[in-house]
Amino acid sequence: MSGKDEAELSRLMRAAIAGDEKAYADFLHRIAALIRGFVRRKIVHGGVDPEDVVQETLLAIHVKRHTWRQDAPVLPWVYAIARFKLIDAFRRRGRRIEIDVDDIAETFAEPETDTVSERDINRALDGLPPAQRSVVSAVSVEGRSIGETAAKFGISETAVRVSLHRGLTAIAKRFGQGRFGRE
Amino acid sequence: MKTDDLIKALDADARSKAMPLRSAWWLAAGVAVVVAAVVFMMTIGPRPDFMAAAHTIRFLSKFVFTIVLAISAFALIRALSTPGATTGRAMVAMIIAPLLVAVAVVLELFMVPQALWSTRMIGSNMMICMSFIPLIGIGPLAIFLWMLRYGAPTRPVLAGAVAGLLAGGLAATFYAAHCFDDSPLFVATWYTIAIAALALLGALGGRFFVRW
Repeated sequence: MSGKDEAELSRLMRAAIAGDEKAYADFLHRIAALIRGFVRRKIVHGGVDPEDVVQETLLAIHVKRHTWRQDAPVLPWVYAIARFKLIDAFRRRGRRIEIDVDDIAETFAEPETDTVSERDINRALDGLPPAQRSVVSAVSVEGRSIGETAAKFGISETAVRVSLHRGLTAIAKRFGQGRFGRE
Repeated sequence: MKTDDLIKALDADARSKAMPLRSAWWLAAGVAVVVAAVVFMMTIGPRPDFMAAAHTIRFLSKFVFTIVLAISAFALIRALSTPGATTGRAMVAMIIAPLLVAVAVVLELFMVPQALWSTRMIGSNMMICMSFIPLIGIGPLAIFLWMLRYGAPTRPVLAGAVAGLLAGGLAATFYAAHCFDDSPLFVATWYTIAIAALALLGALGGRFFVRW
């Protein structure tokens, strides 16, 4: 991480907090690549899916972005969150091994594939109330804009924004509490 | 869901706003002071000879200890609730309050004849001290733990313990205005136990309540 990166990322994040969506998308993509590199370097024994940790970290960065001090460098803040989420993932895995042996056996038997449906975030998404789940899916997986989503469900753009925000906050909260499935 | 899809959703939520953590901490501190003050005034209140006592060095020294503890704990907890913030200096500053108490204890031992040491230490109302510091501090502690949830502490147990020290320093500042035992020997013993109880409670809160 060079000083130039740091300055540019801080600038993007400040713009994002001021409401610049383009800057925020740019920031998130660049941060995601950095976190992916960091997490892959740290996970040497497998067992924890790096991409799950990347996604959890991005969500935490999003819902906790008010904790970043705008006059401080942004990368130490990002990596501190990534490290915290990575340790959390390791700890959870340790707990799962103690509790459920069958689960592990199955994991070993399966070849490593990029089965997107198995992502932690999909399970968390499934646990959301239907209205939030359909809005979050429309905006993310289907790639619709806020306006298109509002038209699809016949609700106001404000209602879409509220559902989206609540849905994302709820997913982040579930991750924080180590709950991944339906309750 | 692919990571790029997740980013689309986060980006669409870019306009959602939350109060910056730094401002929120000041607000929380203000509310906590009010809560502690209300509980204090509604229960025990200041001692009747408060104005006369305010001229004695022992009485005033209690406030120095508790206010220094509260200020240093406030600085540390704000750093602990911010990922990546440096905590080294704030951590070292936590020694100041115990150090001041230790110096005061040594001075007291020189000034007071040995026969009086245990009387001064046991004082007249240690049970009130040990019940009312936690009682006044419990509301502020709840506020500070809630603030830790609003923040993002990467060491939640430590941050919770510091929340307890902060609540303890604040509660003890009010309690000191009621307390008739002004000797550093009393403060070093019973205030410490009462504040440590809040710190322990805070650590437990950090462990089980502060998840993010």
